Amino acid sequence: MWHVIPLFIALPLAGAFLLPVLGRGRRWVSDGVSLAVTVSLCLGSFWSLTKLQESAVWVYTVGGWKPPFGISLVLDGLSAFMLVTVNLVAATVVLYALRYLDAFTGRWQFHCLFLLMVAGMNGVVLTGDLFNLFVTLEIAAVASYGLVAFGTERHELEAAFKYAVMGSIGSLFILLGLVLLYSYTSTLNMADMAAYLQARESGSLKGIVLGFFILGFGLKAALVPFHAWLPDAHPSAPAPISAMLSGVLIKSLGVYALCRVIFCVLGFTPAISEILIGLGILSMLIGVVLAVGQWDFKRLLAYHSISQVGYIILGVGLGTPLGLAAGLFHLFNHSIFKSLLFLDSGVVEQATGTRDLRRLGGLNHRLPVTGGTTLAASMAIAGIPPFNGFWSKLLVILAAIQAEHYWAAFWAVVVSVLTLASFTKVLKYAFLGDLPERLRNVHEAPVSMRTALVVLALICVVGGVLWLPELRSWFLDPAVGVLGAGPAGMAESLVRYWP
Amino acid sequence: MEKSEKPPLERREEAGMTVVVKTVTRLTVGLIFLYGWYIVVHGHLTPGGGFVGGIILALSFVHLTLAFGRDAAEATLPARVTGLVEGLGALLFVGIALLGFLGGVFFRNFLPKGEPFALFSAGIVPPANIAICLKVGAGLFSVFLALVFFRFDWERRK
Amino acid sequence: MTQYFLCFVLFCVGLYGMLAKRNLVKIILGLVVAEAAVNLLFVLVAYRTGAFAPIVEAGGGPTRMVDPLPHALVLTAIVIGLATTALMIAIAMRIYAHYGTYDIEEVRELKG
Repeated sequence: MWHVIPLFIALPLAGAFLLPVLGRGRRWVSDGVSLAVTVSLCLGSFWSLTKLQESAVWVYTVGGWKPPFGISLVLDGLSAFMLVTVNLVAATVVLYALRYLDAFTGRWQFHCLFLLMVAGMNGVVLTGDLFNLFVTLEIAAVASYGLVAFGTERHELEAAFKYAVMGSIGSLFILLGLVLLYSYTSTLNMADMAAYLQARESGSLKGIVLGFFILGFGLKAALVPFHAWLPDAHPSAPAPISAMLSGVLIKSLGVYALCRVIFCVLGFTPAISEILIGLGILSMLIGVVLAVGQWDFKRLLAYHSISQVGYIILGVGLGTPLGLAAGLFHLFNHSIFKSLLFLDSGVVEQATGTRDLRRLGGLNHRLPVTGGTTLAASMAIAGIPPFNGFWSKLLVILAAIQAEHYWAAFWAVVVSVLTLASFTKVLKYAFLGDLPERLRNVHEAPVSMRTALVVLALICVVGGVLWLPELRSWFLDPAVGVLGAGPAGMAESLVRYWP
Repeated sequence: MEKSEKPPLERREEAGMTVVVKTVTRLTVGLIFLYGWYIVVHGHLTPGGGFVGGIILALSFVHLTLAFGRDAAEATLPARVTGLVEGLGALLFVGIALLGFLGGVFFRNFLPKGEPFALFSAGIVPPANIAICLKVGAGLFSVFLALVFFRFDWERRK
Repeated sequence: MTQYFLCFVLFCVGLYGMLAKRNLVKIILGLVVAEAAVNLLFVLVAYRTGAFAPIVEAGGGPTRMVDPLPHALVLTAIVIGLATTALMIAIAMRIYAHYGTYDIEEVRELKG
């Protein structure tokens, strides 16, 4: 099993490099390679969850070089949690994209960039080395800049340029923080750095590095006030890419990397907790307030992404075990229902030719599966029992009350009500009501697209069971344990090599 | 890139730059190409390696394109071949990394290491350098061709 | 100490170019300058007083060498910068093909 760990990165890379050589001719080659790679990665990520029961941490030394001299890939609770999230969403999105891309030319380029993005995200999640984190983050980010510009229409190019500029600024600040950390600790291995920082008093360095990292990773995660690129980039991208970007990219490149660096390398302090809670509340409020007035379906969903990431950062920023569990649970749930919403919006856009809610209506008559899955996802994001979003939002609010941040809990409830209002508007204008004349001939999506939608909707409906103790001990508790153990826990994994 | 028709013989000599540049290019482009290979192959002994050598190789082809025009460059290295070399270089690199499993771990240096400072030494490092050089060189040349010969709509309609 | 300060000044110049300029090409140039500044800072951090370039030669040679790890990291960062710059230039050229201008004030159709 141990040797499967680098395959999470090597397999999509090999697939991506195979496509320019083999995939130019027949379309089933690129489709087949992409689908085979993502489905096997999804199954592999489930298997990695079971392997965690044997040993809490698996450290893979690339090239046989002992850490901290070599790059080490670390599979612990948090990595396995993120692997499942990323690869599950990637597999369903590829299934959806098989028929969605009929409207585009250049299928093999899409699949090549998509596999590079998946390889980058898997690399970010699995790596135990800080510069390797930066490199794989850049691989995923540059692939996503290309994918946002994929249709090469006016708006897509404008959005892609703004996204590329702001993403590069974020990467520069991450690299700056990395340079300062390296100059102080002379090591790049996260576990070694954690041990070094624990043993010494570093004063203002940690504060400056933290500022750079919050700026850099916060820009990747679209935290307010670094969110300006998201409302342009996510609607303009093709629907499967919007689902990947909103669903997993901002979480693995932004939220996961921020959590890993703060909790496991720098150490979590009450000051950091206050900053994260403040940013979380700000993101929640501004995201939903700007979303309520939107009439463009995908732009509305993009603003709600900002708001829901605020929930995740609020949960994680509380720092208590319940808060961490709630934040991570909401991360998984949001990946599922936000990807589902974006895929639904893709079906609507391809069927009717528009994203404007005022020009849609009564689509439930002609697009029943899309309507049903949008209903499921809307109820999940608005927090209606028994959908998965309800449980994770309730837990975030309870964790805020338990940690005596009553204002945070109050704003969380307010934002939840506004989210419900916003999605009631979406359902009313797009799906309920009468079907206008010009929409009488719209077609439902093909079978493969419908399968992807139904799979995600089923997870939305039954996802609440992940909070039951038996399932929680497999999925959430190891991840929470990693964040709770902090730098000391991270440094422990080195002991095996240098006792 | 669309294929343009071959211009008649008199016009073909007018493509590219002046005869002075063309003569000097004929002398230097082979040397630049050789220098790039030198840097790649000695990557484990002297500064340089795959990336820098690949850039220099790409620059030799760029030099050829600038001096002689697009048709001569197309005759020497067609765009299709460039794309193929690029993909093969990347696949070769991933293949070397996966072959490391033969030595036990992913990306392990499983070839015999030889003597220090000899040309055939350091295990997988020279083949990895060559793979990177193919990928980077072909990649940079493709980027150059794509950006320089991009036809705007109004130019295409002319 | 002055070299670190000058690196920071160069980074600020690049950041100014990215945030305050109106021409798309100047924004890309600002990005290139800022990336060069961060790479330069990384290499400067590796310097040790009175040490030599980290190349091991046959038959002995200087024993006190600068830290070689940042050199490898900066090479990687330069490659990443090259890829990002090439992609952004391609996007900028296609924006010119659609909008007819490189002015970012004119390229502003996404609102709300």
